[in-house]
Amino acid sequence: MMPTENRTVQFKIYRYDPDRDAKPYMQDISVELDVTDRKLLDAMVRLKVKDDSLSFRRSCREGVCGSDAMNINGKNGLACLTDMSTFPVGKPIVLRPLPGLPVIRDLVVDMTQFFKQYHSIKPYLVNNDPLPEKERLQSPEDREELNGLYECILCACCTTACPSFWWNPDKFVGPAGLLAAYRFIADTRDQATTERLDNLEDPYRLFRCHSIMNCVDVCPKNLNPTKAIGKIKEMMLQRAI
Amino acid sequence: MNYSVRKFDAVIVGAGGAGLRAAIQLSEAGMKTAVLTKVFPTRSHTVAAQGGVAASLGNSEEDHWHWHMYDTVKGSDWLGDQDAIEFMVRNANECVIELEHYGMPFDRLDNGRIYQRPFGGHMSNFGEKPVRRSCAAADRTGHAMLHAMYQRNVKVNTQFFVEWQALDLVRDEAGEVLGVTAMDMETGEIVVFHAKATIFATGGAGRIYYSSTNAFINTGDGVGMAARAGIPLEDMEFWQFHPTGVAGAGVLITEGVRGEGGILRNAQGERFMERYAPNAKDLASRDVVSRAMVTEINEGRGCGPNKDFVLLDVTHLAPETILKRLPGIHEIAIQFAGVDCLKEPIPVVPTCHYQMGGIPTNYLGQVVVPQGDQKSVPVPGFYAAGECACASVHGANRLGTNSLLDLLVFGKSAGETAVKELKTGGRSHKPLPAAAIDKTLARVDRLNNQKDGADVHETRLAMQRTMQKHAGVFRFKDMLAEGVEKILAIDAQVAQTQIKDKSKVFNTARIEALELDNLIEVAKATIVSANARTESRGAHVRDDALDVPETPNGRDDKNWLKHSLWYREGNRLDYKSVQLKPMTVDTIELKKRAY
Ligand SMILES: Cc1cc2nc3c(=O)[nH]c(=O)nc-3n(C[C@H](O)[C@H](O)[C@H](O)COP(=O)(O)OP(=O)(O)OC[C@H]3O[C@@H](n4cnc5c(N)ncnc54)[C@H](O)[C@@H]3O)c2cc1C
Ligand code: SF4
Ligand code: SF4
Ligand code: FES
Repeated sequence: MMPTENRTVQFKIYRYDPDRDAKPYMQDISVELDVTDRKLLDAMVRLKVKDDSLSFRRSCREGVCGSDAMNINGKNGLACLTDMSTFPVGKPIVLRPLPGLPVIRDLVVDMTQFFKQYHSIKPYLVNNDPLPEKERLQSPEDREELNGLYECILCACCTTACPSFWWNPDKFVGPAGLLAAYRFIADTRDQATTERLDNLEDPYRLFRCHSIMNCVDVCPKNLNPTKAIGKIKEMMLQRAI
Repeated sequence: MNYSVRKFDAVIVGAGGAGLRAAIQLSEAGMKTAVLTKVFPTRSHTVAAQGGVAASLGNSEEDHWHWHMYDTVKGSDWLGDQDAIEFMVRNANECVIELEHYGMPFDRLDNGRIYQRPFGGHMSNFGEKPVRRSCAAADRTGHAMLHAMYQRNVKVNTQFFVEWQALDLVRDEAGEVLGVTAMDMETGEIVVFHAKATIFATGGAGRIYYSSTNAFINTGDGVGMAARAGIPLEDMEFWQFHPTGVAGAGVLITEGVRGEGGILRNAQGERFMERYAPNAKDLASRDVVSRAMVTEINEGRGCGPNKDFVLLDVTHLAPETILKRLPGIHEIAIQFAGVDCLKEPIPVVPTCHYQMGGIPTNYLGQVVVPQGDQKSVPVPGFYAAGECACASVHGANRLGTNSLLDLLVFGKSAGETAVKELKTGGRSHKPLPAAAIDKTLARVDRLNNQKDGADVHETRLAMQRTMQKHAGVFRFKDMLAEGVEKILAIDAQVAQTQIKDKSKVFNTARIEALELDNLIEVAKATIVSANARTESRGAHVRDDALDVPETPNGRDDKNWLKHSLWYREGNRLDYKSVQLKPMTVDTIELKKRAY
C-alpha cells in the first residue's frame, strides 16, 4: 500500500570522490519523502536536491535503460524498480556501488570490463548468405527461442553479483555476456554457432560458471543467465562426443 | 587558453536510434567518425519505445506507401512537408528490412514474416479503416531496435565516446559548422571535436514539462546548442501529449495496447471515444484522443477520488494475448500503477511525449536556414536527424510509430549525405576560430564562480510547472501570454544558476545545470511560438481559435499554413511556407481533419 503522509527515511550511502577523499566512507543522510515518491530512485533524486554532490547514473526511470544498477541493502538491483514499500521501517537503507568493478565516484562504477566481456562474444548477428530482398523468414516458434534472452538491458546486476567474475573479471565472460552469446546461438538466422562455441572453449570464459545462481537471483528483468549458460555447456558436451 | 583538439571526418552527437543509424552509414563507408553520447548507447531513450515502427510491408493485409503518406499528411494537419513525407514512407520498407538483416528480433507471423499491428491514425485506402502497419517486437520495439543497431555498430567498429556531454556547436565567421565542444564526464576535461561533418541526433526535450514520458536525459541539448549558435528552431509550439501515461508516474503505456483491442473508459464505464471519433474510435490520432480525455475529465467524468484520470481497459482481452504481445505493459502496470491489468483497468492521463519541432532540416538530413530571400539554405557541415530535427514529417501532430521510422530514414540519409560530401572532397577541416571554446568555457566558469545564484532543481521545476500549466493539451490566449512572461523570468534565473559541488570527476550537478541551459531554450521557443500562432492545428489547440466554416477545427490555412522559425537572439519569430508538393505524386489536398 502507498503511504498517505510524508515520511522521513534514513540512508547510509557509499561516498567517494577521488579528488577530495583519501578513501571511501559511508554517509548518513536522511530525507523527507513526498507521498508520490514511490521508488528508490524518486527518493535518491530528492536526496540529490539536498546534497548535490551525490553522484549516480539514471535515465529512463522505468527499468529499461539499465543505468541505475547498484547494491541496495546488500543485493544488486535497479533503483527505479525498487519500491520504497519493500524496505523494513526504521532501518537505514544501505546503498553501495555494484561490487567487483572499480568505483569512479560514489555509486558510479567503471563498466569497462563488463562491456569488454560483452563485446568479446561478438554480439551481433552473423549470416553470410546473400541478403534477401525482404526479411529473412523465422517461424514464431523459432522466434520464441529468443524470449528471455534479447530483453537484457546490460545493467550488470548479474555479472557483478557473480563470485566467478569477481575473481576473474578479465577472463570469465560473466552471466550477461554469456546470456548474449546464447541469444545469438539460439537465433535461427545466425550462422556462427561453431565459432561462438570455439570462442568460449576455454577453462575460464565459460567454465568458470559454477551454477551458483546469484545472477538469476538479482536480474531485474527476470532473465535466467544460468539456464542459458547450461544450454551452452550442453552444446559443448554434445559436440565433444 | 589552451585546450586539446581531436580531429575526425565526422562527429555524431547522440547514440540513440538516429545517431546509431547515421553511424552505421559513416563507419561502413570507412569515415573516421566519433560518436559522442551522454550515456552508454543502449541507455538512450529510443530503448523505451514500445509499440512499433511503421512500414507498409503489407504482411497481414494489403497496404501501400501512398496510404501511409496520406495518413501522415492528415495526421500532421497538413503542416508536414510532403516531399519529406513521401521520402520517408517510400524508404520505410527498406529501412525496416535492413534492421531485420542486422538481427533485430521482430515478432513473426505464422508464415515467418514480420508481425504488424494496427496503430492510431494508420488507415488503409486513404483513411478508410485501421490497417496493420506497425512492425513490432512485443512491446519492446525500441529496445530490440536500439540493441540491434548498437550491435551492428560493434560489428563495423564505430568509435564511441561514452559519457561525453557535448556543450556547444563550433561555427566560424562564415557560419560553417566545424564540430562541437564536449566534456568528458569522468574527468571534467573539455575538448574540441573538430570535424568536417557534424551530425546532431540528441533526441527530444520532453523534460521541459512537469509530467513526461521522457527520460531524465531528454533535455534537448542539440536543440539548445543549435539555438545558441544562431540556428532557428522550427515549429516548436507542437508537442504531442500521449493519451496514456500512467497517472501520477508519467511512464508510457503504448498505443499498441489499443491496437491490440484495449479501450478507454470514463467514470461511467462508457467507451467515450465512440462519441469523438466514430470511425477510428480509440485508435484516432493522438491529439484527438488526448483532447477527448481531457474534455471527459473537465466535464466531471474522470475516475478516482479527484476525478482526474480515465481508465485503459484490457480486461476483456485474452490473458495470453496480453502476456505475449504486451508483456512489458503488464510489468509497467504492476510497477508504476500498482494494478494487474489482466484483472483491473490502468489509470491513465495525457502526458507530454514527443517534440514535433526541432532543428530545421531537409529530407537529405542537412540543416537548412533562411538566408537572403531564400528560406531553406543548407548550413555547410551541419546535419541533424531524429527527434531533435524537424524534417518536417510530423507537422503539427506525429502518428505513433512514425518516429522510429523517422530516425531510421533520416539517420540514414543524414549519414549518406555526409558521406557523399566527404567523399567528393566538398568538406575539409576549416581552421578553428580562435574563440572556438570561449563560449563553453564562459558557461563552465560562470557555474564555478556563481554566488547567490538560483537552485538548479527549483529553477527547472518552476519551468516545468509553468510549461505544464501554460502550454498543455489545451491552450488559452491569456495563459499563453502570461506564460511567456513567466518563462522569460525563469530564463533570467537560469543564467544565474548555482551548484554547490564544484568537483571535476563525474559531477552530475554540473551536468544537470548545463542541461538546464538547453531546456530553457526549448521552453522559450515553445511558448513564444505557441503564443504567436493564433490558430488551432494538430497538437496546438487554443480557446480563441473558433471552429467555423472558414477555419474548420480552428485551423486557419489562409494565415497559418506555415512553419514557425524561432530565433534565440531577440526572441524573434520568422515563418516559412509548407512544402505541399511531394516528390513524385500529387499533392494531398487540404481537408478538414476528422477520424
Ligand atoms: C516511452 C516512449 C515510447 C515511444 N514509443 C514509440 C514507438 O513505439 N514508436 C515510435 O515510432 N516512436 C516512439 N517513441 C518516440 C521515439 O522513441 C523517439 O522519438 C526516438 O526514439 C528518439 O530517438 P533519437 O535517436 O532521436 O533520440 P534518443 O534515443 O533520445 O537519443 C538521444 C541520444 O543523444 C545523446 N545526447 C543527448 N544530448 C547529448 C549531449 N549533450 N552530448 C552527447 N550526447 C547527447 C544521448 O546520450 C542519446 O544517445 C516513444 C517515445 C517514448 C518516450
Ligand atoms: S550461475 Fe554462473 S554466472 Fe551465475 S552467478 Fe553463478 S557462477 Fe556466476
Ligand atoms: S541478464 Fe539481467 S541482470 Fe544481467 S545485465 Fe541483463 S538485465 Fe541486467
Ligand atoms: S533509470 Fe533506466 S533502468 Fe533505472
